[in-house]
Amino acid sequence: MELDPLILARVQFAFTISFHIIFPAFTIGLSAWIATLLGISLWTGDPHYRDLAQFWTKIFAVSFAMGVVSGIVLTYQFGTNWSAFSLAAGNVIGPLIGLEVLTAFFLEASFLGIMLFGRDRVSPQLHFASAVLVAIGTAISAFWILSANSWMQYPAGHEVRDGIAYPVDWWQIIFSPTFHWRFVHMLIAAYITTGFVVLAVGARFWLKGKHLIEAETMMKMALGILVVLTPVQAVVGDFHGLNTLEHQPAKIAGMEAHWDGNHPAPLVLFAIPDEEAEMNRFELAIPKLGSLILKHDLNATFPGLKQFAPEDRPPVLPIFISFRVMVGIGLVMIALSVIGAFKWWRGHLFRPGWLMQIFAWTWPLGFIAVLAGWITTEIGRQPWVATGLMRTEDALSPVGGVAVLVSLVLFVLVYAVIFVSGGYYINRLLEKGPVRHIPKEDLRPTRPMAAAKDAGRIALSAGE
Amino acid sequence: MELDLPLIWAGIIGLAVILYVVLDGFDLGCGILFPFAKEERDRDQMMNSVAPFWDGNETWLILGGGGLWVAFPAAYAIIMPALYVPVIVMLLALIFRGVAFEFRWVAKPNHQAWDLAFWLGSTVAAFAQGVILGGMLHGIRTEDNAFAGGAFDWLSPFAIMCGLGVVAGYALLGATWLHMRVSGPLERRSADWARPLLLAMLAFILVVSVWTPLQYDRIAERWFSWPNLLYLSPVPVLTVVLAAVIWVGLDRRNAAAPFLGSVGLFILSFAGLAISNFPYLVPPDITIWDAAAAPASQMFLLVAVVILLPVVLGYTVFVYYTFRGRIGPGEGYH
Repeated sequence: MELDPLILARVQFAFTISFHIIFPAFTIGLSAWIATLLGISLWTGDPHYRDLAQFWTKIFAVSFAMGVVSGIVLTYQFGTNWSAFSLAAGNVIGPLIGLEVLTAFFLEASFLGIMLFGRDRVSPQLHFASAVLVAIGTAISAFWILSANSWMQYPAGHEVRDGIAYPVDWWQIIFSPTFHWRFVHMLIAAYITTGFVVLAVGARFWLKGKHLIEAETMMKMALGILVVLTPVQAVVGDFHGLNTLEHQPAKIAGMEAHWDGNHPAPLVLFAIPDEEAEMNRFELAIPKLGSLILKHDLNATFPGLKQFAPEDRPPVLPIFISFRVMVGIGLVMIALSVIGAFKWWRGHLFRPGWLMQIFAWTWPLGFIAVLAGWITTEIGRQPWVATGLMRTEDALSPVGGVAVLVSLVLFVLVYAVIFVSGGYYINRLLEKGPVRHIPKEDLRPTRPMAAAKDAGRIALSAGE
Repeated sequence: MELDLPLIWAGIIGLAVILYVVLDGFDLGCGILFPFAKEERDRDQMMNSVAPFWDGNETWLILGGGGLWVAFPAAYAIIMPALYVPVIVMLLALIFRGVAFEFRWVAKPNHQAWDLAFWLGSTVAAFAQGVILGGMLHGIRTEDNAFAGGAFDWLSPFAIMCGLGVVAGYALLGATWLHMRVSGPLERRSADWARPLLLAMLAFILVVSVWTPLQYDRIAERWFSWPNLLYLSPVPVLTVVLAAVIWVGLDRRNAAAPFLGSVGLFILSFAGLAISNFPYLVPPDITIWDAAAAPASQMFLLVAVVILLPVVLGYTVFVYYTFRGRIGPGEGYH
């Protein structure tokens, strides 16, 4: 049997990047949340916030480690599996990745050490500053990687000679036409993802009657940000969609399973798109609503799939479904946030009942939506690796199918072990909950005063 | 004056690689030495001594790989497919040892699996890095600026020996790091580990120094033609001096000398390999000028490096300064 290295390399990239994105989607928001808690603790002196920050820092440490190690794989995978692409786009995308390393990775990795282990070694101000720098680092990292991705979605600011892209205008390359909305959309998605995890953990504690003060703080802070961000995200998503229609019309046609561009598009609620027959089977649709959403006009038209040559169309079924999953979860998230905020305002948020039960299970929502969104935009970019510049099938390295298959199987096995263990340990940390911390001025017991002070503090706190 | 951008970039990537090798070298080394420390308390101490740094250390690997892509995309596009197997193995090993840092603490008291993951991951990653080095020194078959060999071209006794050499070398860095940074019984034992490792590292340097000129004429010519022989003679002399510094430092229980001497040995070895192969980035065909990215791309990121690298080095030093001092048994940051 002949193994096709192309499909195997694509599966490998899809698998490793899907695994990876789960962790940044969480740690971008989590670092900002921890920095906020440390800031409040510094401002008010209330130890609950510091304990809560410490609790989430432990979870952050485990998640961040998984994000780092799965991210290194991607930097190298460009070369191992996609060397033709690396060569064709290296002049343009390479520097963006280089800037990500220089401006973000070092910042995160260095101050992470102080954030995780420096609490007793540096002043609270510096500890807080380290957490802020880590949070900024994660956002800068998102900035550069989305800049690189957006350039692949819709290249700009370059010229092509002999199949290789050369930079002409760095500003246009970094801020390519699809970048702005994509970046804002992803950053908000990351904060929302973390928001629902915090909300769910708060609800879990509350339902068990454990750590009640912390549980209420978590739920209030999470709902406060979610009720703002989830509707904003819907608006941002709408602008992102309009931008995609302008620059990647085939992707939009695929997402909407919209075949015939001569008539106003319906909003297809359900269908099984049939790419052979160029039509939807079992379609359930609301007439003209698609045009209203995408053109803000009931009678406007936009290109349908039939207007693109079959070899220039993205696979329709997967992005049609994944887009609906993302939007559906988005609507659920808005509803939950608004209901929760309303109950909070009316003063009966903290009562046992169906809403609390649901909140306790909302933690996966953000992750699923982020994955569905990325599946939509990345499969929607097909058949191009960099739109108009290079097709995915031309991007492959000169490697054999067996090598790619074996490495794929190994990645799946290793990631399965890491994922299951990581999930188990994070759950264990969550079960344990926040603990009161007794600060130590110095770790070295060779300094008798420090040891004496510790002993005194322990004695005092025991008497509290 | 026209800047020789590819030469500058070769220097930057060389700096990133040597910083990576030295910095991640000592924390990988602590992992390689894990099975020699039987007590859980010793292992905790070893891991604690590198826990705040490992993540930053590993970032130099991304700068090395990413920098190669940025500055020399043609070399990146040849080296990665050619060394596919060892690169993937290295990445998988780094995953295991990286998560072990966090998982091991959370898993306690059932952390034995992560002890194993930390040891195996560190050892296999070091070995794979040595194999990658050996594969690059051996040379890569190219046609029309693309890799044109098979999946196992890199596999040779020489590459295997390089793998073992790097494992021994990292373990030496790890042992001398512990000698400098821990107190209690482990400090004494790390000196006992360091001595045979130093001998192994020296043997490896000697074999490479004899093997490569014998096998590759260009390397023999570089070193043994006149007057190069004269200019390059300090390299072997300094190697002997550094080895003596390490050995005597261990005998006299000097804290820093053995570690700094080991770092010096790595820098010298790297310089030796650079002298052997310059200006080839992918021996035997591709030079740094052949593989260079567009000048506009190299220039753009060079400006960023000139501004940002000193900042990065600055806060790296700050983090090391923050976590200075020896770690005693039972102490840690957790």
